[in-house]
Amino acid sequence: MSDIQSFKQSHKYETFSYLPEMTADQVRRQIQYAITQGWNPAVEHSEKENAFGHYWYMWKLPLFGEQSVEAVLAEIDECRRANPGHLVRFVAYDNYSQSQGLAFVVDRGR
Amino acid sequence: MAGKKYSAGVKAYRETYWMPEYTPLDTDLLACFKITPQAGIDREEAAAAVAAESSTGTWTTVWTDLLTDLDYYKGRAYAIEDVPGDDESFYAFIAYPIDLFEEGSMVNVFTSLVGNVFGFKAIRMLRLEDVRFPIAYVKTCGGPPMGIQVERDLLNKYGRPMLGCTIKPKLGLSAKNYGRAVYECLRGGLDFTKDDENVNSQPFMRWRQRFDFVMEAIHKSEAETGERKGHYLNVTAPTPEEMYKRAEYAKEIGAPIIMHDYITGGFCANTGLANWCRDNGVLLHIHRAMHAVLDRHPKHGIHFRVLAKILRLSGGDHLHTGTVVGKLEGDREATLGWIDLLRESFIPEDRSRGIFFDQDWGSMPGVFAVASGGIHVWHMPALVAIFGDDSVLQFGGGTLGHPWGNAAGASANRVALEACVQARNEGREIEKESKEILTEAANSSPELKIAMETWKEIKFEFDTVDKLDVQHK
Repeated sequence: MSDIQSFKQSHKYETFSYLPEMTADQVRRQIQYAITQGWNPAVEHSEKENAFGHYWYMWKLPLFGEQSVEAVLAEIDECRRANPGHLVRFVAYDNYSQSQGLAFVVDRGR
Repeated sequence: MAGKKYSAGVKAYRETYWMPEYTPLDTDLLACFKITPQAGIDREEAAAAVAAESSTGTWTTVWTDLLTDLDYYKGRAYAIEDVPGDDESFYAFIAYPIDLFEEGSMVNVFTSLVGNVFGFKAIRMLRLEDVRFPIAYVKTCGGPPMGIQVERDLLNKYGRPMLGCTIKPKLGLSAKNYGRAVYECLRGGLDFTKDDENVNSQPFMRWRQRFDFVMEAIHKSEAETGERKGHYLNVTAPTPEEMYKRAEYAKEIGAPIIMHDYITGGFCANTGLANWCRDNGVLLHIHRAMHAVLDRHPKHGIHFRVLAKILRLSGGDHLHTGTVVGKLEGDREATLGWIDLLRESFIPEDRSRGIFFDQDWGSMPGVFAVASGGIHVWHMPALVAIFGDDSVLQFGGGTLGHPWGNAAGASANRVALEACVQARNEGREIEKESKEILTEAANSSPELKIAMETWKEIKFEFDTVDKLDVQHK
C-alpha cells in the first residue's frame, strides 16, 4: 500500500484544466487553431464562486471576424487587469454548428 | 386498372419486380442487399424475389391483387452489381415507394425490409448493406431527443471528446458500493459513468437504490470539481410500463441522462423512450447489445451502418460504435463511415467507407459516437484522431484498473485526453507522436505515468471478421 498515492481533489474548469496552466505561447497556439477553424473569438470572466453557471460575464462583445491572435491576447489581458482575481476564459463561437468549437480557462485566478 | 384479368398460378418474380429501366424517385426508400442465391437461381430472379418478398409479393397470384394498384406499391429491383472480390454474391438495389411505410416507424420499415425475406428458401444468405431514407421520411421521425449541440451546452463540454467509464464488476455490487465507484470516477475527472448493459434491476441491486446512490455521487462530485457530471442510469426493463416508471424516477431526482438498449429492448420501446426524453429534457445514451448477432457475418444479417441509421431515426443522443483499436470488432474505414452517418447532416455515397447511398438528414440532430471496450491511455491519441471531438471515449478497465484506484485512473485518462487535444490543435500528428505527447503529459501527472506503465503491453491485434468488400484476388 505504501506506493499508492491518495488522490488530491481540487476545483477544475472543464477543457484543459487537468493540464498545467498554459504558457503564453501555448495559449497563442490554441487561439490560432480556433481562428484557423473559422470560429469567432470571445472572452468571458467570472468570480470563482459563480463559475458553475452557464453564463459568465461577457467581456465587451465577441470579436467577430478577428484574425489576429495578438488582438485576442490583448483583450484577454485587458479583461484580466480590469477584473483581478476573476477566472478568464477564451471562447470560440462556431456559428455553423451553433455551438462553441473550443472554450478553456486561460487565467485560473489567484 | 381495368382490362387486367385474373389468372391463378405462380409467375416468375422478374416479370413484375425486376425493373432495370426504373429511375428511383427522391421520395423512394432505397435498399442495397448483398444476395447469395441458391445454386441455379439467376441474379435478376433472386433480386426480384427479394424485392417482392420485402414488399407486396407473396408466392402465388391472388385475386385481391387486382383490387389495388400493385404497380404503385411494389418494391422494384432496379440494379445489380458485382461484389468486389466475391463471385458467389452480388449487390441488388431495390426502391420502395414511401407509401409502403407508416410514418416515423422503424418497426414498420424493418418488419418489411428484413422480415420474411431473410428466411426465403431461394436465397442462401442475405445481408442488408445500406438503406437510403428519403428526407420526406426522415422528417416524420423524432430523432435524437437533444442531439450533440444541445448536450454540449447543457453539460458545458466544448472542444474535446467527453470521457466515460462503465462501472465494474458489471454484476454483483450493492447499490452503495456501486455509488462509491461512480463517485471516485467522476471526482477524478470523467464526465460520465455508465451502468453496464446487463445491470437492470437484479436482486443484488434494485434500480431504485442504484439511482439514489448514484445521484448522490453526481451531486457531490459536481460540487467538488465545479464541472458538470452524469451517469447513464439504465432504464431498460422487462416491460414498457416498468421502463417509463424508472425513467420518471430518474427525472424526479434530477438525473441528466438515462440509458436504453435499443435492440434487445426493441425499436418500439426505444422510439417511445426517446420521445419521452425529448418531452422531459433528459439525455438518452444508447447501448447496442445483440448487434453483433445481426451485423458481424459478412454475408448474412444487417450491416451496422443500417442499425446506426435506425437509431438516429428512432432516437438516442449517444450510440456505441466500436473503438477500432480496442477489444471489440470494427474496421477503421467502415467505422469512420458509420460515425459520419450518426453525426453529419449530409453524407455522400462513399464506397471506400461502405456507404452505398447519399443520405440527407436535413435538420435532424446528430448523435455522439461512443467508443468503449478494452481501451486504455495508450489508445488515446488514436481514439482522438479517429473519433474527433463529437464522441464519448469510455475506459472501463482502463479507469477502474488503475493501481491507485478509480479517481487516479479517471485523472490519468483526462490528462491524456487533454494533452492529445492540445497537441492536435497545435498541429501535431498525434498518432505518430503518441509516445512523446503522453510522456510529456505524464511529467505533470503521476497518475498518468503509472497508468502508462501498467498498460504498456496490452494490445488487441486480431483481424476484423467483417471487412469492407474489396478486390483482393
